[in-house]
Amino acid sequence: MELDSKSPAGPIETRWERQRFNLKLVNPANKRKYTIIVVGTGLAGGSAAASLGELGYNVNCFCFQDSPRRAHSIAAQGGINAAKNYHNDGDSVYRLFYDTVKGGDFRARESNVYRLAEISLNIIDQCVAQGVPFAREYSGYLDNRSFGGAQVSRTFYARGQTGQQLLLGAYQALERQIGAGQVTMFPRTEMLDLIVVEGRARGIVTRNLLTGAIESHIADAVVLATGGYANVYYLSTNAQGCNATAIWRAYKRGALFANPCFTQIHPTCIPVSGEYQSKLTLMSESLRNDGRVWVPLKKGDKRLAAQIPENERDYFLERKYPSFGNLVPRDVASRNAKQVCDEGRGVGESGLAVYLDFRDAIARLGKNVIKERYGNLFDMYERITGEDPYQTPMRIFPASHYTMGGLWVDYNLMSTIPGMYVIGEANFSDHGANRLGASALMQGLGDGYFVLPNTIGDYLASTKFEKVDTGHAAVREAEAQVAAITARLLGAKGTRSVDACYRELGKVMWEYCGMARNAAGLKQALAKIPELRERFWRDVKVLGSGEELNQALERAGRAADFFELAELMCLDALNRNESCGGHFREEYQTPEGEAARDDEHYSYAAAWEFRGAGNAPVVHKEPLTFEYVHPSQRSYK
Amino acid sequence: MRIILHIWRQRNAGEKGRMVRYELPNVSEHMSFLEMLDVLNEELTMKGEEPVAFDHDCREGICGMCGAMVNGIAHGPLPGTTLCQLHMRHFKDGDELYLEPWRARAFPVVKDLVVDRSAFDRIIAAGGFISVATGSAPDGNAIPVQKESAENSMDAAACIGCGACVAMCPNASASLFLGAKIAHLGLLPQGQPERESRAVAMVAQANRELFGSCTNIGECEAVCPKDIKLEVIARMNRDFIRAKCGVG
Repeated sequence: MELDSKSPAGPIETRWERQRFNLKLVNPANKRKYTIIVVGTGLAGGSAAASLGELGYNVNCFCFQDSPRRAHSIAAQGGINAAKNYHNDGDSVYRLFYDTVKGGDFRARESNVYRLAEISLNIIDQCVAQGVPFAREYSGYLDNRSFGGAQVSRTFYARGQTGQQLLLGAYQALERQIGAGQVTMFPRTEMLDLIVVEGRARGIVTRNLLTGAIESHIADAVVLATGGYANVYYLSTNAQGCNATAIWRAYKRGALFANPCFTQIHPTCIPVSGEYQSKLTLMSESLRNDGRVWVPLKKGDKRLAAQIPENERDYFLERKYPSFGNLVPRDVASRNAKQVCDEGRGVGESGLAVYLDFRDAIARLGKNVIKERYGNLFDMYERITGEDPYQTPMRIFPASHYTMGGLWVDYNLMSTIPGMYVIGEANFSDHGANRLGASALMQGLGDGYFVLPNTIGDYLASTKFEKVDTGHAAVREAEAQVAAITARLLGAKGTRSVDACYRELGKVMWEYCGMARNAAGLKQALAKIPELRERFWRDVKVLGSGEELNQALERAGRAADFFELAELMCLDALNRNESCGGHFREEYQTPEGEAARDDEHYSYAAAWEFRGAGNAPVVHKEPLTFEYVHPSQRSYK
Repeated sequence: MRIILHIWRQRNAGEKGRMVRYELPNVSEHMSFLEMLDVLNEELTMKGEEPVAFDHDCREGICGMCGAMVNGIAHGPLPGTTLCQLHMRHFKDGDELYLEPWRARAFPVVKDLVVDRSAFDRIIAAGGFISVATGSAPDGNAIPVQKESAENSMDAAACIGCGACVAMCPNASASLFLGAKIAHLGLLPQGQPERESRAVAMVAQANRELFGSCTNIGECEAVCPKDIKLEVIARMNRDFIRAKCGVG
């Protein structure tokens, strides 16, 4: 299969403008004749559904939560990047483009990244106009802060709740369209399959989570905005409901899945406290500005932190990276924490944590300064752990929190199934092998407000649509598949709960396809995952029926898809014989222990094609060329 | 520690519900309240009893999906905290806890602790927005916003739409929720053109949804996990009266 990115050639600065001119348009009076399905209501889906409604399309919008306002974009804390250069500090669209390509370790498509940087300007304008209460300076103008991976201040924020405020902006715009009758909202409704008729995406099959009814919805185009798959690790910073079902079922209908092994592990999260743990909570990275990371020198040292004398502590980041110290990038900090815990030097009851110690900072600056800088984070930590970080060091450990991989899309954000678009974290397009802080919000809103509404018209205007109704054979077949999965889950009548099975999968993925990977481990995982999957289907116990609100059934269906996706992630990780960004293969590192990229052999996006259950998927390669930002090695010594 | 739970079990909106007693002998103090319910549900599943349905998602206090009455208090005894952020160390061995769904006519029970809060979405759809179509915005810095206004707006915008205010109010009034959105948008220059029509439309929708009226009791403020202040209700009343009477 030839992967055509449809990315325009010529000067990068004018590619998006030229593309918009070349795309066909749907005239205003004709827009109401088209129906578009949008699945997911986070920053990408919410903004897309609202914008498409404003344009005059009929939109059917779906979310599994009870309200579109609950989508997990709401939990993003830090901020959103935009190349406004309001601070006159040398920022520009080109610099944001450059930082993002480099931050992604040269595994993203240049054209897409440039466009993202370009429309970052419009996003801020739009959000301000909607009433997003961004932080302001005393002058009344917008405030900015700096963030990792950049030397300029380009991050706009609303306290520690930027994601919430941006999402509420998109949600309110969406509700306005719902009130106007332009968008029909289907909350508590989960997409369980994609309907493909004669090679085109023509609708979705859903389950009404309250009544259990399996329903089909027909449309002229389908937009998936269903987020990432970090919950494949069971424990992550994602919400409980975040899942890969929509993109996975679309993959099984023919959409290619690109770079599934590109996942991001965040170094500063509150560690696991017990087997019952359901999720991990992120603590802002800014803590590493003043906190010192350490573990005991001796294995199995169970003394309290205060009883361990200075000469028996190992400040391992400062020791190994004298110039960056505790401020090494996310991936480096995460990998090193894992390493010392693997050596048996981890702290806390589980031994899976390292200390983040503010003792010296408090002695140097005083408690008040520390409180001013990090007071809310210290309170949050105390609320969850019951420990006072002013007195004892924090315990932190890395956790999975974002996935750069996702369904393959072209420059117009269309997948390999004509008529199916994928936006936001669900696609693979803009972050390469590593995402920079404050860029996820930018991409979600960029795709939803400004890219998709411009590109989807081209497909609609240039396609002749056959009439399809819910009696069509393809619809019946998809519904039957969905019903079969539900029946199989309820019919297993095994002896183990969904979580008992799912937790095991998470452990295998974390161990072998987490922060550091190697061929031997990945091969082990590839042997174990099918076993675990078989056990899941044999032993799972889901009570109740399919004709009512059944949360265990929902969770079982999502877990079932993770059992399959996990295998593809390991295959991709094994295929990519290099280290880049969040993908660290232990065999491929520089003598200093840094990620060693192999541009000669792996400068491509790996897009996997499903070839039927039981058959190995096939990898297709989209070569990546860098005309503007030339690949170089990252170093933090 | 040992915790005794009495939980409202109701199969669906049509059937009658009842309190059912459960005992958990080994609750860790580090568990969150919802993790304790997870453990209960695992045990129930193993015994062949249907698990307790409860809404939850982010489990970090921001999505607004979780919530239940714990011994008569929305989100439980810890102020400024959602149920998912409440940890078991705030309880003691042998405690008996009564869990009920949000209680309000406008929030009908769906199942067990799950209620239907879609009335909140319809209130926002009625007017809880600024009408700006994508693409039509001026530069972000074209209209300066006083820092103080932005801060006060943000205080109100922190509302997570969980519904605790309604559940706790003896009148089942949604005024704190309405006021929070009216204050958030009305405190910004961008929100001025629709300020009056917004208040009127949102209040009218709240009445259609059968939320009660506000009688300034203040239970809503006391249980709000995001510390939204009663002042926002005064602001809503002012905008409403100004719209209706042309004064204020």
